[in-house]
Amino acid sequence: MTDTPAKPGQTEVWITGIGLATSLGEGLDANWAALQEKRINVDEKGFAPFVVHPLMPVTFDSQIPKKGDQRQMEAWQRIGVYAAGLALDSAGIKGNKDILSKIDMVVAAGGGERDLNVDTGVLTAEAKGANAPGFLNERLMSDLRPTLFLAQLSNLLAGNIAIVNGLGGTSRTFMGEEVAGADAARIALSRIASGESDIALVGGSHNGERKDLMVLYEFGDFNLKDKFAPVWARKDHAGFALGSAGAFLVLESKAHAEARGAKPYAKLSSVVTDLARRKQSGDMEATLEKLWAKLPKREGKGAIISGATGAEPATSEEHGFLKGHADFPVRATGTMFGHTMETQFPLGLALAALSISRGALFPPNDSTGTEIEMQGAPTQIVVVGAGHWRGEGMALVEAVK
Amino acid sequence: MTAPRDKLGRPVVVVTGMGIMTSLGNGKADNWAKLVAGESGIRTITRFPVDGLRTTMAGTVDFVSVDPFSSTGLSERMAELVTEEALAQAGIGAKADFPGPLFLAVAPVEVEWPQRRELGRAVGAQDFTYDDLLRISGGGKYSAYHHRFMFGSVAAHLAETFGTKGSPISLSTACASGATSIQLGVEAIRRGETDAALCVATDGTVNPEALVRFSLLSALSTQNDPPQAASRPFSKNRDGFVMAEGAGALVLESYEAATARGAKILGVIAGCGELTDSFHRTRSSPDGKPIIGCMNKTLADAGMTPDQIDHINAHGTATPENDKMEYNTTSAVFGDLVTKIPVTSNKSMVGHTISAAGAVEAIFSLLTLEHQRIPPTINYDNPDPTILFDVVGNKARDARVTAVMSNSFGFGGQNASLILTREPA
Repeated sequence: MTDTPAKPGQTEVWITGIGLATSLGEGLDANWAALQEKRINVDEKGFAPFVVHPLMPVTFDSQIPKKGDQRQMEAWQRIGVYAAGLALDSAGIKGNKDILSKIDMVVAAGGGERDLNVDTGVLTAEAKGANAPGFLNERLMSDLRPTLFLAQLSNLLAGNIAIVNGLGGTSRTFMGEEVAGADAARIALSRIASGESDIALVGGSHNGERKDLMVLYEFGDFNLKDKFAPVWARKDHAGFALGSAGAFLVLESKAHAEARGAKPYAKLSSVVTDLARRKQSGDMEATLEKLWAKLPKREGKGAIISGATGAEPATSEEHGFLKGHADFPVRATGTMFGHTMETQFPLGLALAALSISRGALFPPNDSTGTEIEMQGAPTQIVVVGAGHWRGEGMALVEAVK
Repeated sequence: MTAPRDKLGRPVVVVTGMGIMTSLGNGKADNWAKLVAGESGIRTITRFPVDGLRTTMAGTVDFVSVDPFSSTGLSERMAELVTEEALAQAGIGAKADFPGPLFLAVAPVEVEWPQRRELGRAVGAQDFTYDDLLRISGGGKYSAYHHRFMFGSVAAHLAETFGTKGSPISLSTACASGATSIQLGVEAIRRGETDAALCVATDGTVNPEALVRFSLLSALSTQNDPPQAASRPFSKNRDGFVMAEGAGALVLESYEAATARGAKILGVIAGCGELTDSFHRTRSSPDGKPIIGCMNKTLADAGMTPDQIDHINAHGTATPENDKMEYNTTSAVFGDLVTKIPVTSNKSMVGHTISAAGAVEAIFSLLTLEHQRIPPTINYDNPDPTILFDVVGNKARDARVTAVMSNSFGFGGQNASLILTREPA
């Protein structure tokens, strides 16, 4: 197992900035208000039979002022650059050249959207008999927009964040679906805790309104179809509803934050990740238990924010794990935000920090009784992220004492 | 007697196993022999039709079979083979039980044309929409394609095969990915999280769309005939890079752990540096400051000064802009030494292995240290008069080499450098 234990002598790491652009809205207040009202933005018709959580429209100009920059990106990148900008604003470092020139970035990313017209055009022409050896080459050479590649490359989310905001530290892009988001946070935390870095921007973004992604997940029958239901109520109608979201955090050493007078939302105490073999029923649940045991001691008022997808058998295995910790109120972000893949774990961290800073866990949104009310202010929230196919992650977010 | 810690008090990170594959062949012995002989692995593409393409050659790895074929499948198979070679040399751990994490540099993954075409044929109509493709994708017929085209699938396969510990990290920093995988391993060992790390980089993406994508950005050489002469780093008539496939694997260990188990030390990763350029998506800042900063950070990380570097394994892609920028920035860092330090670009022979390049070239740098012989930059018949590097042109050169700087620069403002040495400093 790989982990970032809180070692003596290691510096405390604070979450000093949060940026959210989701299907529920942009910014912390809008998302918080929607959670309080148990509002869910779900579309059962636009991609029928597939269910999606579409992005609440935002004015990209406010975070990506140059239209030329916006044109160079596809939606997944625009959402991410937007949310990253909100996180920098929230940390009070937007435009602060001294800090931005050294801030480290760890981004969890998939790939960008394809041009569906080009793909369909090639396939239908072939169905009609186009079979010259160079047919595909010629069509791609003439039909693909030259800059589309840059809007598809995984590391160009980080690249665009750097260009738009003038970031000049290190830049690393992790791929690998859900657990990439947890590993991004784990590595950023390790680097700050050990003194390799003072401040980092961590997060991801996802455009769930994409038929090319639905094809990929449909190969494995993972898409939720026809009718929305809370994540815990999908056992007999399993699947995830893709969601659009960008979630970014500014992580910072306590000393660095204090020196510039920044206030923390919460501290990130630990991130642990693993790869269960998932060969047999119970493998994943056992791995989640191992990760749970590796987190620092839970002694405060605790809660769990889960990134459970609604896909099986992963969701049932995670549910089994949660039943063993039934004294912790649980919230599943997949119900409210949909499944945002690489972004789900950073989103969970963001909501944990937000809940701690606002002195309350958001209310349950579930018909099965898995999620229970919580009275009083949480001081410790465990974020759980188990991938729909592979990869498990867990983090402990705590109130700053 | 060497100290197990470096000048900054961190564990010294050494290399105890290496595995490599390029268009030149499989394994260190074959690759090194051909590299110092000045052989090119670039050839006319036969894997798919090249009609209608501006660039028709590449450094493909055609001697590894994958069925059903996909670029991601080829990347995975190459990664597996180079890892086997590296582990055999290192003699670390037990079978399927590597005592540390995996850091994998891998090209971004997506559903590829053969699978997309299979889906198109399965619709069974002449006219259809994307929704029709979507409608027939489910039901389990294509479930293997879900696994194949997960971004994390190659890393998950390697982690399960070789028993690496924890969550394997799949990463992309474009053309710097291979260097980043090594850097992540070095950092994990320096932080004391592990005594060993497996750093692998692989790229098997010579396929029609990848070629078209780079072609549309005017990044590729179009000097198709003869293909062996297409990649011309530092030459006046260079016109772009040549896409290539390959993989590299390195077993990294703390000096202390390696010596404790009596492992043979192949070299030291003395320094790593990285600095983002926020100027443009594909072009470097005209003042070169991010690359200069990257090289300086790497020297500082190694606790070394420019006069201690006696060879540069250049990024040297042979694009008009890269080579000029690399010369200018290297001049800024090395001053008058820039004309005296021998420089070479392995890409003249193996092409640009993209996601794998940083690791492939780090391994070639370590072999250079081992053999005290610098592989040539071939096709160097018409030197660019504005690039005053001491290019090791056309013929390998024996030299005293104690420390090599290896550079990698990529789209998205990714710059990474490594310093490799024979012995701990």
